[in-house]
Amino acid sequence: MNNETLKSFIGKGAIWGFIILELIFFSVAGEFFSLSDKAFMDWDNMLLLFKQSAPIGIIALGMTIIMINGNIDLSVGATFALCAVVMLDSMTWEVFAGLGDWVIPVAWALALITGMVLGLINGLIVWKTGVDAFIVTLGSMLGFRGLVFMYNGENPTSHLNWTLVDMAEASVLGIETPTIIFVVCTIIIWLLMTRTVHGRNAYAVGNNREAAVNAGIRVGPHMVWNFVLIGFLAALSSVVFYSSSGSVNPNDGTLYELWVITAVVLGGTKLTGGSGSVISTFGGVLAIQLLRKGLGHIGADTAMVNLVIGLILIAVLFLDQQLNRKGKEELKV
Amino acid sequence: MSDLTASGDGADRRKAIVNLLARNGILIAFAAFMIGFTLANERFLSFDNVLGVVRSSAILGVIALGVTFVVISGNLDLSVGSMMSFSTIVMLDLHDKLGPALAIPVMFAMTMALGALIGFLVGYLKLNSLIVTLGMLSAIHGLTLTYSGGKNMDIADKEGTWFSVFGQGAVFGIPVPVVIFFGLAAVLSLLLARTAFGRKVYAVGGNGVAATFSGIPRARVVFFTYLISSFCVAMAGLLQASRSLGSQNTVGQGLELDVLAAVILGGASLLGGSGTVFKTVIGVLILGFITNGLLLVGLQFYVQYVVTWVIIILAVWLDVAAKRGRLWSPIA
Repeated sequence: MNNETLKSFIGKGAIWGFIILELIFFSVAGEFFSLSDKAFMDWDNMLLLFKQSAPIGIIALGMTIIMINGNIDLSVGATFALCAVVMLDSMTWEVFAGLGDWVIPVAWALALITGMVLGLINGLIVWKTGVDAFIVTLGSMLGFRGLVFMYNGENPTSHLNWTLVDMAEASVLGIETPTIIFVVCTIIIWLLMTRTVHGRNAYAVGNNREAAVNAGIRVGPHMVWNFVLIGFLAALSSVVFYSSSGSVNPNDGTLYELWVITAVVLGGTKLTGGSGSVISTFGGVLAIQLLRKGLGHIGADTAMVNLVIGLILIAVLFLDQQLNRKGKEELKV
Repeated sequence: MSDLTASGDGADRRKAIVNLLARNGILIAFAAFMIGFTLANERFLSFDNVLGVVRSSAILGVIALGVTFVVISGNLDLSVGSMMSFSTIVMLDLHDKLGPALAIPVMFAMTMALGALIGFLVGYLKLNSLIVTLGMLSAIHGLTLTYSGGKNMDIADKEGTWFSVFGQGAVFGIPVPVVIFFGLAAVLSLLLARTAFGRKVYAVGGNGVAATFSGIPRARVVFFTYLISSFCVAMAGLLQASRSLGSQNTVGQGLELDVLAAVILGGASLLGGSGTVFKTVIGVLILGFITNGLLLVGLQFYVQYVVTWVIIILAVWLDVAAKRGRLWSPIA
C-alpha cells in the first residue's frame, strides 16, 4: 500500500475509527465514573442511541448532498418546525373531521409537501437569482421561522392522537420506527448517490461547476431537486419526531442547522463541494450522539459536551488539512 | 428576461439606472422604508423613537462593526453570539470579584484571547473559517456554562454600582450605548478606509493570492480582523452586562446570524473584498427600524423575520445582478 492510498484509507475510515475509539473509551471510563451500574455498551442503550440520532440524522443525509453540490442549507431547523406545525394543526381542521384516524396519513402528506415546497422556494431562488445558497438560506431561515410564528403566535401547537403516538412508538424486533426510517433513508440516499446519474451529477457539479455545465448537466434544476429533497427530509424528520411528542414550540429546531452541519463535516464532507459520502455522514451523526451520550454516561454535563464537540470539530478540520491538503496549497507563504 | 448587455442608447441608460439602483439600493430602500412608516405612523420619525431604535440596535450594531472586517477579508464569524454570552457572564462575575474598574480590562483580555485563538486557527493554520467558528460557537458556549456553573449571573449591589453607566447612562440626552456605537463606528471606519491596514483587509478578501504576492502578510491581517471582531464582541458584552446587570448564559444565542444578516444587508459580499463600516451601520439600522416600524403599525415582532427575508434576498440579488449585468442568473 503506497502512501497516497494509505492516506485515503485513513481519511475514509476515520469516522468509524473514531466511533470505535469512543465506544472503548466510554466503556472503560464508564466502569470508573458512571453512576449507573449498567454497561455503556448495553443493547438497549445502543438502540436508544440510534433512535435519538434519527431527527438530526435524517436531515444530515440531505445536507450531505447539498454540501457535495457546494451549497449549504441553513433553513432546515425552521423547515423542521414549520412542517411539525402543519402536521399537528392539520389534524384538527374541520375539512378532515370525517376522516377519523385516516387523517394521520393526510397530515403526514401535508407536512411532507410543505417541506418540499419550502425546499423548492430555496432552490428556485438559488437557481434563478444566482445568489449564494448561504445567503438565500440564511434569509429563509429567518423567513420560515417568521411563518412558524405567524401560524400560531408564540403559543405551542399541540395535538395528541394516541393512534399516531402508537405508530410512532411501534417497534419491529425491538427496533423503533425512527431508527428504521433513519436506516432506510440512509440506504436509499446512498443508492441515489452511488448508483444513479443524479448522484454522479451531484459530485460533478460540486467538483467543477463550469465543467459540469459544459458536460451538459442542467445545473440549475439539479440543485433545485436537491433542495426539494432536503426539504422533504427535514419534513420527514419532523414527522418522525413530532408524531410521538405531539407538541411543537415555535422555537423548536433552532440551531439544528448547526448540529446537522457539524455531523456532516465530521463525516468528512467538504464545504467546498465535490466530495463526501452518505455512509460517512451516518457515521458522523452516530459519533456526535455517542459523544453526547457517552459524556453524559461518565457524568459530564452539557457544558462539557459542547466544549468537546466544538474542539473535536476543529481538530478534525486540522487533521483533514494535514492529511489531505499538504502540498496542494495554492501558495506557500 | 431582461438582458442588460444589449447595445443601444436605451439599453445603456437602462443599465446605468440599474447600476445606480444596485449601488445605492440599500440607501434607497432605507429611505422608502422610512417614508412609508412615517406616513403610516407619525410617531415613527420622532426624536425619541429614533433614539430608542438606535439604542436597542446598539449591541447588535457594535458586533456587526467587527464582523464587517472579518467578512471583508473573506471569512465568516459564527462564534460572536456565544462569545458575547461569554463576555457578559465574565463581566458580571468579575464585577463583584474584582470591582468594575479592574473587571473591564480583564474581561476584554479574556474575550480577545478567544478572538486571537480563532485568528490563529483561521489566519495562520488556514483552516476554514465557517467550521472553525462553528466549532468555537459550541466550545465557547461550553466554556461559558462551565464558568458560570450553568447559573444565571447577577451583580449583588445593583443600585450602588457606577457600572450601569455604560448601558443605562446618557451624555447630553444621548444614551451611552448610542455614543459608543457611533464612536466605534467612526474609529473603525477610519481604520478601514484611511489606513494601510484597511487596504490590506480589502486586498486579502478581494484576491488572497494576489495579496500574498504583493507582500501582504495575509495570515497576520486575518488574525487582526478576528482580534477586532472579538474586541467589538467584548464591547457588546460590556453594554449588555451594564444594561441588565444580570444575565442568562444564553444571552447572545442566535445573534451571529442576525449580525450576518445586517452585514450582508449593508452590502458586504460573503466572498470578501467589499463592504464598508458605514453601510453596515445602515444595515443594522434598517433591521432595527423594520422591527420598530412593524411594531408601531401594530404587527407582531415576528413579521419582521419574513420582511427581513424578502429584503435580504432582494438586496443581494440586486447587487449580484448589477455585477453580472443581467437580472436572472445565466445558469442553465
